[in-house]
Amino acid sequence: MHLTLEFGGGLELLLENSTKVHKVEVPPQDGENMVTMKGLLSWVKANLIKERPEMFVKGDSVRPGVLALINDCDWELCGGLDAELEEKDVVVFISTLHGG
Amino acid sequence: MGAGGERTEAIMREIASLRAKRDELDSRIRFFEAQLRVGGASPPSTLPPSLSTKLDAMGVHAAAASGGLSPDMVRRYSRQLLLPEFGVQGQRRLSRSSVLVVGAGGLGSAVALYLAACGVGSLGIADGENIMHVEAYVGQPKVKSASAACRAINSSIKVFDHHLKLKSKNAVSIVRQYDIVVDATNSIASRYMLSDCCALLHKPLISGSTIGLKGQLTVYNHNGGPCYRCLFPNPAACQSSSDNGILGVVPGVIGCLQALEVIKVATRVGEPLSGRMLHFDALSSRFKTANKIHQKSSTCTVCGSNPNFTQDDFMMFDYDSFAQSTKSSNKPTPSLNPLPKNARVTCREYKRLLDSGRAHLLLDVRPVHHFQIASIANSVNIPLHELKEKLTRLRDALSEVADVSHGKHRPLYFISQRGDDSQVAVHILRENGFPYASDIVGGLESWAQEADPGFPVYW
Repeated sequence: MHLTLEFGGGLELLLENSTKVHKVEVPPQDGENMVTMKGLLSWVKANLIKERPEMFVKGDSVRPGVLALINDCDWELCGGLDAELEEKDVVVFISTLHGG
Repeated sequence: MGAGGERTEAIMREIASLRAKRDELDSRIRFFEAQLRVGGASPPSTLPPSLSTKLDAMGVHAAAASGGLSPDMVRRYSRQLLLPEFGVQGQRRLSRSSVLVVGAGGLGSAVALYLAACGVGSLGIADGENIMHVEAYVGQPKVKSASAACRAINSSIKVFDHHLKLKSKNAVSIVRQYDIVVDATNSIASRYMLSDCCALLHKPLISGSTIGLKGQLTVYNHNGGPCYRCLFPNPAACQSSSDNGILGVVPGVIGCLQALEVIKVATRVGEPLSGRMLHFDALSSRFKTANKIHQKSSTCTVCGSNPNFTQDDFMMFDYDSFAQSTKSSNKPTPSLNPLPKNARVTCREYKRLLDSGRAHLLLDVRPVHHFQIASIANSVNIPLHELKEKLTRLRDALSEVADVSHGKHRPLYFISQRGDDSQVAVHILRENGFPYASDIVGGLESWAQEADPGFPVYW
């Protein structure tokens, strides 16, 4: 499945060359025929995250303070970990900032 | 300078302080005069009542003196009055609104200046720090410099300084006095504290934040939208801005956008950024708006359907501990794993070694861009995260030095900004067969204080 992944708010620093936008091909999880957010998170952790994975995921989910957006909509409104992704979806992960 | 000079200085200070008080009183008098004019008595009507009724029925209304603005206000705000969306009604609502800006740093000073210029009725600025804004105010509280700038740009509004750090103990009584609150603070603890306080008191919170070259903006507690806790029930483990640096323009951009959101909430014009979040990436000049962020959460402990968080709970809540609770501890913390005494030297001891001219190697483990700002002469930079991969080559280079200076003195020293990373580095070396590496206690921060007062302080 073709997806566009974007990382911001500092999360891009966990990826190779701090690249913010990734156009990727994500295979369905074993035994399923669709890609869910849960599957995407473990795929990202295994394939894109180069350092400090604990700054991105905690357990099955994203760590506190990370917003995940599917097509500009909060992933929790789309079903959270069970949200099913569709071809060409844009998934954005952004870390919250607190400086002023 | 003699006693006469000191006396002159004291008098000058007294004059400056009296002038400031007079300006404050003048501005309050002008404010109340303007209020009188806004709600003042109408002149006698020259329009026959029967005609007035007929015109009213047509939807055509005679000018109401009470709806007008003072000539001063019209002159000052003419550009925004000319906006059909904003107009006189917008200006009236704005001049009756009161806004509290919490934090007078990069964000807060931009927000406050624009709010003063556009004519909010009263503007409070709360900040506990003493740092420089403008050179003339070095050493004075930030709020003094920020409020002086606001009064200078618009003397017709009320400006209040709250020179204190807003905490759960003192926040309720201050926040209560205002209609709208601006979060321009710089810590996770203060962000939770302010959001909880605003949720308890039902005040809209215009939240801006920046780090490095990025910024975020959203509006909490407004029109049934979420609070900070609805979005982030648990505190994040994130970086602090003083370690990451900031380009002043970035909080300037976000601060201006915060002022805009305040104006929209105060005047009920437009569509405030509630339930949405704007992200700004300065490096690529991109704004991105998440159009549907988490809605108000029914299970939110502070603003949900069964909130069990009272004002008393709020005042007792330890926000500092709460914000620390999920701090990531992936880095080996030196305090848990102390180095032996013989692997540590103080700045003064190192200074003596340096002055003696003995051969040694000083390795600076800060990031490259820190090292480029300032460094100790002859020190060599290997950023901490590159240390492991460079160990073998370091060993080869050091074997030559060790041969020359065998004896009591350890030829290898590590320094970092505060003396934390240097301890981590020494641990790494000790684990890899370099038992003689030492760290310099307190790092460059202590170096600047104890050994070299001329060292450029950038932190």
